[in-house]
Amino acid sequence: MTERTKLAIIGSGPAGLTAAIYAARAQLAPVVIEGEPSSTSDQPGGQLMLTTEVENYPGFTDAIMGPDLMGAMRAQAVRFGADLRVAKVTAVDLDATPFSLWLGAHDEPDVVADAVILASGASAVPLSVPGEARLLGHGLSTCATCDGFFFRGKEIAVIGGGDSALEEALFLTRFATKVTVVHRRDELRASRIMQQRAFDHEKIELRWNTVVTEVLGDDCLTGIAVRDTVTAEASTIELGGVFVAIGHEPNTELVKGQLELDGGGYVVTTTGTYTSVDGVFAAGDVQDHVYRQAVTSAGSGCMAAIDAERWLEHRGH
Amino acid sequence: MAAIQTLTDDTFSELVGASDTPMLVDFWAEWCGPCKQIAPILEELAVEQHDRLSIGKLNVDENLKVAQQFSVMSIPTLILFKGGEPVARLVGAKPKGALLQELSAYL
Repeated sequence: MTERTKLAIIGSGPAGLTAAIYAARAQLAPVVIEGEPSSTSDQPGGQLMLTTEVENYPGFTDAIMGPDLMGAMRAQAVRFGADLRVAKVTAVDLDATPFSLWLGAHDEPDVVADAVILASGASAVPLSVPGEARLLGHGLSTCATCDGFFFRGKEIAVIGGGDSALEEALFLTRFATKVTVVHRRDELRASRIMQQRAFDHEKIELRWNTVVTEVLGDDCLTGIAVRDTVTAEASTIELGGVFVAIGHEPNTELVKGQLELDGGGYVVTTTGTYTSVDGVFAAGDVQDHVYRQAVTSAGSGCMAAIDAERWLEHRGH
Repeated sequence: MAAIQTLTDDTFSELVGASDTPMLVDFWAEWCGPCKQIAPILEELAVEQHDRLSIGKLNVDENLKVAQQFSVMSIPTLILFKGGEPVARLVGAKPKGALLQELSAYL
């Protein structure tokens, strides 16, 4: 059965839920397709569901837990009448209006909407090396806050050089005896404050110009095979655990070929949150490779709701 | 009406061994976001599938012994026990349909 709505919102991170709060308060009764449970950042609540303390979201003097913040945003959206669905959008048709959304392999679209806000976020990039799939959950992890606890007293490595890699490394020093940060270049992308914290930490060691070529172990991870990018020398590092934090890619598979994307696969937005298709708006990490913060995502979600509301009003919807 | 049983290091062997139906054990912790997402799914399964599946929860923070015994290194991990022996293992949060599909081969 096809359901008709004025506004459909795809995604339920800070961008999607803030858009939902604003759109619901504007009496648009938005349908929010939240996503499905998973252990990656592509899930209801988004990337913050995999974090612990959020220290930089304004208004919380003593920090707030990521999942608690998302729980509160969700409850706020529901309070104003947003219609939330735990489901994944499997296909969209943005060529014809009203726009069509499928939530499974059905002939007819499940939802048709006069306007759409795309807030599908970004997902962690996998290493894409042998052994990764086999050892995920058996010593290889993409979520330090979820799994760090199990690596008490072990030597572990974090792969990556950005803020999230160093955050994970610092978090993991609570459990591990030693944390080696393996980075493919000779300098870090991370912010100054995070770099300083990492350099100052006695348990953290930096391994520069190093790429991972294989994750080692049969049933349980025992180490990684690496290659020095300068000398091309191959070696192995024995480890009790490995955490991957080599960055994120936008969740834009759904709209490829339908919305204009940039070279990195991000949705191109102009004048606020307008995309290349009239009536489709984008907010949050799906269109932002620069700031990528909870608060900037929430801000752009608010912008998208206001843009969508005015667009709908202008067209007499 | 079937309730989810709370398992501990002390009661694990007895309760899992004594279960007439296969028991799905959810290894979880308070600080784990994905664990919270599957909690309501497990509550639904406990009711809907009570004639062929029982469900137990083990808090890994408080019961590290059992978690280590089964080499749980990532949560949520769901292990299906039949006659007290592990027969299937699912790591990570999954939608209800996918979860049931993977389990149904063993039920």
